[in-house]
Amino acid sequence: MSVAVAAPRRRPFIRITGALPGFGLALGYALSWLGFIVLLPLAALFLRASSAGVEGFAVTLSDPRVQHALLLSFGVSAIAALFATLAGVIIAWALTRYDFPGRRLVDAMVDLPFALPTAVAGIALAALYAPDGLLGAPLARLGWQVVYNPIGIFIALVFIGLPYAVRTVQPLIAEIDRELEEAAATLGAARWQTVFQVLVPPLAPAALTGLALAFARGLGEYGSVIFIAGNLPGVSEIAPLLIVIKLSEFDYTGATVIAVIMLAMAFLMLLVINLIQAWSRRRMGNV
Amino acid sequence: MAGRDSDFVGPQGGETPAPVRAGKAPARHKASGRRRAGLSLAAVAGVTVLGLSAAASLVGSFPRPAHAAQALLNVSYDPTRELYRDLSAAFTADWEKKGGGALQVRTSHGGSGAQARTVIDGAPADVVTLGIPSDIDAIARLTGKIPADWRTKLPNNALPYTSTVVFVVRKGNPKNIHDWSDLVREDVGVITPNPKTSAGGRWNFLGAWGYAAEKFGKDDAKIREFVGALYRNVKSLDTGARGSTITFAQRNFGAVLPAWENEAHLITGEFGKDRFDIVTPKTSILAEPPVALVAGNVDRKGTRKEAEAFLKFLYTPEAQRIIAKHHYRPSDVSALKPEERPADIKLFRIEDLLGGWDVIQKTYFDNGGVFDQLTARK
Repeated sequence: MSVAVAAPRRRPFIRITGALPGFGLALGYALSWLGFIVLLPLAALFLRASSAGVEGFAVTLSDPRVQHALLLSFGVSAIAALFATLAGVIIAWALTRYDFPGRRLVDAMVDLPFALPTAVAGIALAALYAPDGLLGAPLARLGWQVVYNPIGIFIALVFIGLPYAVRTVQPLIAEIDRELEEAAATLGAARWQTVFQVLVPPLAPAALTGLALAFARGLGEYGSVIFIAGNLPGVSEIAPLLIVIKLSEFDYTGATVIAVIMLAMAFLMLLVINLIQAWSRRRMGNV
Repeated sequence: MAGRDSDFVGPQGGETPAPVRAGKAPARHKASGRRRAGLSLAAVAGVTVLGLSAAASLVGSFPRPAHAAQALLNVSYDPTRELYRDLSAAFTADWEKKGGGALQVRTSHGGSGAQARTVIDGAPADVVTLGIPSDIDAIARLTGKIPADWRTKLPNNALPYTSTVVFVVRKGNPKNIHDWSDLVREDVGVITPNPKTSAGGRWNFLGAWGYAAEKFGKDDAKIREFVGALYRNVKSLDTGARGSTITFAQRNFGAVLPAWENEAHLITGEFGKDRFDIVTPKTSILAEPPVALVAGNVDRKGTRKEAEAFLKFLYTPEAQRIIAKHHYRPSDVSALKPEERPADIKLFRIEDLLGGWDVIQKTYFDNGGVFDQLTARK
């Protein structure tokens, strides 16, 4: 019953595991699509940006307005992704663990931000949170203005990022056996111990995936943000808007330079998140 | 397609020989492997072609070149939707009456700069009717599809209609706003689009600049101080004129919205005269949204005759009346009854103050220009 468990051979460069044939087909197909859809446009982007030269990049990066926009975009996207992940895990938990009337409806509603044109989301959120809006009016009475400033960006990005956080952890929550918690309880674990030592570890990698997705989505988000941010230079002007402004000046190279900087930073941050995820997987020793 | 299945232990693993094994496969297997590789290539190609043709069939439903369907494409800016719907209908009726045959005029709308960019990137526009001369200059400079002296090709500097900037305020004018000088008061919140992305935003900026230039004469520092103070009062800098309208009229944000005259009438018409008033400043800017033939495109498509007729039609009394009805300023009021003519405002031409458009665009709106300097945070 044993197949090829002879003397240990040198590990081949590409190790194929699995029962089904078709590795060549699958890899070839994956690579050609990746090439057509992702790498080719990216190569065009880099080619265009490269015409600016090192100097062009240096000039763009030293512009305080660009610096502020990048800082704002990355900062608010990160905070919004964190918030969306925390809220998302709780929502996913409630939707999977408890049964209540209208649960399927709520479950379906989670996906709405995926489908809604983002400009519609931006207009709706701005209407809601504007000083005379349903939620904005009471806040305005307290002296808080939450739209047409960076808080507005945060609101829009949480809305956009939430479904990513919910949908990535939901299947894992469904997989966790209730017995685990009961076992922890019978073995004398306090409630917080059950949460942080039994439930959080298996969920952490998925939550991180959700975080990364929400973060990446928020970085590129344009449609909803411009309706709620106020877009004031140096205050609430996001990097994607700066790209649009460059395009309006017919400065294609300048636009691609900012795009490449954003892309490089985003790639770096996603890589770091992936590394943390891999590390947490190893450490927690699961899935 | 070669490898060693070390992880997989199949139910009959012992009996069946491993199908393909690296380097050891007999010739027969090699051949079949090659055939299979060919097959997979064909499959990849097949699915790819399928996907592309599906995409192509979607693209096919978009407007085709004009000589097939005899249609003109007019690439216009944002607030002209209602205007060109009427003008195009009147023109095609006129064209058919004169025996020109069936003709269709399609119009696309968007921010003026973005629309210019689509033409630069290859949109098959026959005519462009944009919000500001510098956008048509950009098409001429970057593609050569429009001759550089396009403003001389049509009457009145290629302006069948003009407009100006007026102020929309809350009903009853609670902040007591009457002229440009009121916009720099500390208690006044201004809503205007970003001059970088919006032609309307550029006219607003130039209107303020021109007002200050008339008031302070040649004192550049004072003009900068005035315009800088105005933009410090700006509470939201939307990307387009329509975005600003929504922020001001629907979000109830800000005290004053400097806007195209036609847009201002649209706001009071759309959102109610009981909510907004229009304030006309004592002097304002002559806003010049020009039109041009995209020579490079019409010659390729064979639509020059139709496109030229369309542009000429804009200057006819019939078109001028439609233009006045939509609150644009007709270039020729001679055929209009006195009550159809727009209100008299003292208007200044920005080119008389600041020089040609290439200079204005570069000095004020390009990267690092005056607008960037004035809005930079210290």
